[in-house]
Amino acid sequence: MAAAKKVFGAAEASDLVNELRRSFDDGVTRGYDWRITQLKKLLVICDNHEHEIVEALRDDLGKPELESSVFEVALLRNSCKLALKQLKNWMAPDKAKTSLTTFPASAEIVSEPLGVVLVISAWNYPFLLSIDPVIGAISAGNAVVLKPSELAPASSALLAKLLEQYLDPSAVRVVEGNVNETTLLLDQKWDKIFYTGSSKIGRVIMTAAAKHLTPVVLELGGKSPVVVDSNTDLKVTVRRIIAGKWGCNNGQACVSPDYILTTKEFAPKLIDAMKHELETFYGKKPMDSKDMSRIVNSNHFDRLSKLLEEKEVSDKIVYGGDKDRENLKIAPTILLDVPLDSLIMSEEIFGPLLPIITLNNLEESFDVIHSRPKPLAAYLFTHNQKLKERFAMTVSAGGIVVNDIAVHLALHTLPFGGVGESGMGAYHGKFSFDAFSHKKAVLYRSLFGDAPVRYPPYSRGKLRLLKALVDSNIFNIFKVLLGLS
Amino acid sequence: MEAMKETVEESLREMRDTFASGRTRSLKWRKRQITAIYEMVKDNEDKLCSVLFQDLGKHSTEAFRDELGHVLRSATVAINCLDKWAVPKQSNLPLLFFPAKGKVISEPYGTVLVLSSWNFPISLSLDPLIGAIAAGNTVLLKSSELSPNASAFLAKTIPAYLDNKAIKVIEGGPDVATILLQHQWDKIFFTGSPKIGRIIMAAAAQHLTPVTLELGGKCPTIVDYPTISKNIKSVVKRITGGKWGSCSGQACISVDYVLIEKSFASSLIDMLKPTIRSFFGENPKESGCLSRIVSKQHVQRLSRLLNDPRVRASIVYGGSIDEENLYVEPTILLDPPLDSEIMNEEIFGPILPIITVRDIQDSIGIIKSKAKPLAIYAFTNDENLKTRILSETSSGSVTFNDVMIQYMCDALPFGGVGESGIGRYHGKYSFDCFSHEKAIMEGSLAMDLEARYPPWNSFKLSFIRLAFSEAYFKLLLLMLGLKRSK
Repeated sequence: MAAAKKVFGAAEASDLVNELRRSFDDGVTRGYDWRITQLKKLLVICDNHEHEIVEALRDDLGKPELESSVFEVALLRNSCKLALKQLKNWMAPDKAKTSLTTFPASAEIVSEPLGVVLVISAWNYPFLLSIDPVIGAISAGNAVVLKPSELAPASSALLAKLLEQYLDPSAVRVVEGNVNETTLLLDQKWDKIFYTGSSKIGRVIMTAAAKHLTPVVLELGGKSPVVVDSNTDLKVTVRRIIAGKWGCNNGQACVSPDYILTTKEFAPKLIDAMKHELETFYGKKPMDSKDMSRIVNSNHFDRLSKLLEEKEVSDKIVYGGDKDRENLKIAPTILLDVPLDSLIMSEEIFGPLLPIITLNNLEESFDVIHSRPKPLAAYLFTHNQKLKERFAMTVSAGGIVVNDIAVHLALHTLPFGGVGESGMGAYHGKFSFDAFSHKKAVLYRSLFGDAPVRYPPYSRGKLRLLKALVDSNIFNIFKVLLGLS
Repeated sequence: MEAMKETVEESLREMRDTFASGRTRSLKWRKRQITAIYEMVKDNEDKLCSVLFQDLGKHSTEAFRDELGHVLRSATVAINCLDKWAVPKQSNLPLLFFPAKGKVISEPYGTVLVLSSWNFPISLSLDPLIGAIAAGNTVLLKSSELSPNASAFLAKTIPAYLDNKAIKVIEGGPDVATILLQHQWDKIFFTGSPKIGRIIMAAAAQHLTPVTLELGGKCPTIVDYPTISKNIKSVVKRITGGKWGSCSGQACISVDYVLIEKSFASSLIDMLKPTIRSFFGENPKESGCLSRIVSKQHVQRLSRLLNDPRVRASIVYGGSIDEENLYVEPTILLDPPLDSEIMNEEIFGPILPIITVRDIQDSIGIIKSKAKPLAIYAFTNDENLKTRILSETSSGSVTFNDVMIQYMCDALPFGGVGESGIGRYHGKYSFDCFSHEKAIMEGSLAMDLEARYPPWNSFKLSFIRLAFSEAYFKLLLLMLGLKRSK
């Protein structure tokens, strides 16, 4: 049953924010009980509506049931459960260590909600990337507006329906729409904006946020490189790369292995192993396999086609290359040694194409990675301990994963976020709670103990005293200032 | 300007090359640089006090207490703690991922820009510099043109003490800042007004550069007279010191205005007056203990705030202005209208409005009606009021029963929220401010689970479902064939 689409104009945007602000000011979202109730409802959505979520993802992306169940619903379920379990801890103030400089005093850091926040989500993991940040926003005690991506319309509609049905509408709302609605939302004053998407739009978001001095978290993307050393377990390496690339929304993920760097010597072995495992996973006719998402829409299909059709690139295909525009399918495709300045090596691929770049020696991979914008993830497969250490220390990326692909985003104890072009800020686990909190410093001082040396008039004597104290011990000066000696 | 553009580009190139060389990653190098900052301040104390006196009329004691001493301490803490700060943080991973390991390392952003301010031109330059260096970055500092002597000192002396392929100083005003902002930086740290903060952030957005903005606001001071009357002398001294004793009210955490119940206002004023006189004598202009206003423009700005006839009518102490000598007398106002300009913009000067309320609880409503300030001060022993202030207002920080002193506590983050800023620093927070927290996960190639890989079937789905919910026992049953796959 389709309801008539409500008009969402400037007035509606403004009213929405005002209404949520009133709820926030009234204290609706501050209490522990309210937050727990909302989180429990989100858990119920995961438990009772998994089937509809899987269907919506199949409609929008052709996503296989396992990917939907695991990479969206299960991750969300875990995220809710963690927040429910830890919220009391997270909400408790942190006692700050006071030193001699502030004694007698006690100090603590109190987490307080920022207020009314905006979460703008993406199309590739529409449930995960909508609800996970919302879990963070609610745990931290904010009112929140979610704007899901219009490029996954079934998911957007389902999100709007479920959140409206289960959550407190006075403080949690969904606005569906496209760039028009997003622009109207961005004109409003928010206390935080959390955006997942492209670097190009990330700039637009941050520019809009600057007008109101709104802090942002930008979860963007980049070309996540995979360095493969010959000194590795080839079969495991290849299976993990394949599962991490084509098994995660068919390469349409922000931490997808974008391209491979390996030695000229090792490349043939690597390619053979990949071909073999790809066939094991997806059969002789991968276009018929039900275990891969399709390309999201014809725009992206055409974009990816163009990458393949470029001169000097099209002749480098060593596996795959088949396309079916009607069904929005592109076969798992491997390319060998495309030019480093080709389009496919210049923009984030976000699709089932995997270039392999060969080098004379693995050392050169550091230069290749370093000469490009910082990615969201960088991967290395090797047994070589020294190489692992060097990689971790010198490659700058949002996160580094050695000997696996993408799993780090399932780990709530690691901050998940980018650097440079791949973004700013981080979330997951407690980092989500922190991302949506203001950490307020609180100092409790006593009215006793006041040193004349703190106040004018500044006699020569006072200054002499101060200086003598500094020469003896830097900490004594503060004891004096605070009237302790 | 072309010459300036070239200078900037050349500096950037050199700093980037230095960073790429890896020199700044060494903890030894960082500690050496920070030690050099310490030595620079110690060796040049007299000169520093002299430039601060020239720029702002700061007394050397004030200069030492607020700026030099602060930098010395900041450097000492960084040198002593850097090894600890730089240690990677181990993360516990769920059993499912055994034997994988996880940790977070702090890595420098790269080449960062520090834009300083004129009111504490030494500490607001050197303190962020210490943080940037501690985190292993190369850094360009632009000091404020409104404090020209301090700026010149830094431009001349920093290269003599520090590694000048990694740490550079540039002098100049808005035109230099504009050129700097056209380039890509890995982080920008700005101290100044919210108006300029917006411009900085918008410029940073073009390059997706993360920012820390230390801005300002109207820091209110609640005086809950009845509960602190026993210590009223201390309270008054602290407020007087906090308003006029630090750069004559030109500080981001200055006491901006006071809130007090109507019946106690005159008692407070009657105590403030003699306290001001005891601090600054009968003629504060001649006392040498009161800083000057930084420029004629700012004197004119403050003058304009007082020119509103309703505000002028509320003057109960002081009010005189000597533009030539950049002097504004310590001034107290009683109940200027809440809609006057002086009650709607950050005063940043030696004028103290006292706003009376019927009930001290009403001060919370007034504070909430304004933008979130950098600090809220409250003199009270009423636990209820303290709780209400903490839970119903929002500010960078809250200090009970004192003013300004939170600045010295480096266990506390120093930064704003909303209009008063983004990000924080001091102590380890400075190190974090200039670091990217990079997650590192290492999996094992040895243990591989078939269930991870396509082709998918119901067994694999059940396996993964159970694994994710960490239902290890059920998982074991499934693997042993004792549990049906769904």
